[in-house]
Amino acid sequence: MVAVDGVWKYFGDFPALRDVSLNVSPGACLALLGRNGAGKTTLLRILAGFSQPAKGTVTIAGDAPRDLKARARVGYIGHGIAVWDELSAEENLRVFATLYGVDHARIPIWLDRVGLLRVREGLAREFSRGMRQRLAIARAFLHDPELLVLDEPFTSLDDRAIALLQSLLREARERGAAVVMSTHQLREALELASDVVLLKNGRVAHAGVRTEQMLNDPAWLYARYGEG
Amino acid sequence: MIGVRAAIAIARKDLRSELRSKEATNAAISFALVILLILSFAFEPTEEETHAIAGGLLWIVFAFSGTLILNRTFARELQNDTLEALIAAPVPGWALFLGKAASSFAMMAVVEVVALPVFAIFYSVNLVWSLVPVLLLGTWALVVVGVAFSALTVNVQLREVMLPLLIYPTLVPALIASMILTGNMLDGQTFAGDNLTWLRLLVGFDIIYTSLAVALIDIVLVG
Repeated sequence: MVAVDGVWKYFGDFPALRDVSLNVSPGACLALLGRNGAGKTTLLRILAGFSQPAKGTVTIAGDAPRDLKARARVGYIGHGIAVWDELSAEENLRVFATLYGVDHARIPIWLDRVGLLRVREGLAREFSRGMRQRLAIARAFLHDPELLVLDEPFTSLDDRAIALLQSLLREARERGAAVVMSTHQLREALELASDVVLLKNGRVAHAGVRTEQMLNDPAWLYARYGEG
Repeated sequence: MIGVRAAIAIARKDLRSELRSKEATNAAISFALVILLILSFAFEPTEEETHAIAGGLLWIVFAFSGTLILNRTFARELQNDTLEALIAAPVPGWALFLGKAASSFAMMAVVEVVALPVFAIFYSVNLVWSLVPVLLLGTWALVVVGVAFSALTVNVQLREVMLPLLIYPTLVPALIASMILTGNMLDGQTFAGDNLTWLRLLVGFDIIYTSLAVALIDIVLVG
C-alpha cells in the first residue's frame, strides 16, 4: 500500500529525513516512533501530500501522494482539528463528502457513529473540544480511506474519542486499510500496531514487527536505541 | 466534473462561513464607506473635478477595501488547519483556486453594491449600466491576483502587510484600465476607440493571470 524508498527531506541545509525506506502492507498498522524532531511529522506530511521529498520516492498503491487517486485513498488526522467553526457538523461533513465524491447519505451514518447526530445542526464553534475531535474523526473516515495517516492521533483526545478512534482503526484494518501513525502515547499505539519503525535523527533506527516485549515494556525500544 | 462540484462546494462553504461571521465583508464595507466619506469632505470636488477623479477614486476604494477580503481568503483556513484538509482532498488545484476566487468575488461584489450608491450620492455622479462590464472585469482582476498572492503569503507572519505590497504593483495595468474606463463611462462614453483597447487590456489581463494562477496554485500551496 505504501512504499517509501530512500527519502531525504531538507529544511534549509538540515536533513530532517535521511534515506528513509519503509513499506506498509494493506491491513497493517505501522507505529512511527521517535523523539521530538526525529522526523515523524515530516514523513507523515510527505505521505499525506503536503510536501515533496528532496530525494527518493513515495508511492501509495502505486501513485505519487499528490496524485488525485492517491489523495482519494488517504484519510488524514493532523495536529489541527480541520473542521470549519462557522459550519454545522452536518455542513462540515457535506463539504468533505463533496470533495471526496462520497454519497451524502453516509453523512448521518457517520454523525451517528461519532455521537453527533443529535447536534448535527449545531455550529462546530459551539461544540466542546471532545465533540469537535469526534467530528474530525468522522471527517477522516467518511470516505472509507484505504490508508490512514495519523499524526499524534491520541494527543488531547478525551477517553470517549480515544475509544472511538481505536475501534474505528481496528475496523479499518479488518477491511484491509493500512494505518501509519506517529505517537508519543506508546501503549495505545503499540496495542494497535502490527509493525514499528523508530526514527532517530531522521534515520530509521529500527524497523520490524511489534513484539510482545514491546507491549510488556513500551519504553523498551527507546532504551534499546539509546533514546531512553 | 468533480472539480467543478468541489469548486462550488468550497465557494459555498466560504460564503456560508462569511454570512455567519461577517468578519471580512463588514470590515471591507466600513472601510470603503469611511474612505468615500473622508475624501468627499477633504476635497469637496466640483462637478468637473469629480468627473476627472471618479474612476481613480472608486478603484482606490475597491482596491484598498478588497484587500481586507483577499487577506482572509486563505488565512481563514489556518485557524483549525482546514487548509491541510483542503490540500489533502482529491481536488485539483484549479478547483480550490476557483472556489476561493468565486467566494472572494461575491464578497467584493457586495462591498461594491453598497459603496457605489454612496459614491454616487457623495460625488453627484450618475451611475450608468456601461460600468457593469468594467466592474466585473476589474473586480475579477483584483480577485485573481489577490487570491493567488493570498495563497502565497498564507504562512507568512506579516501577510497583512505583504499582500498589498505584492498585489498593487502587479495590478497596475488592470487598475489603470479600470480607472480610465470607469471615468470615461461615467462621462457617457461608449466602448469604442481607446476605450475598446483598454477593455481588451483588461480582458487580456484577466485571462493571463487566471491561467497563471490556475496553473501554479498547486506549486504555490505544496511546492
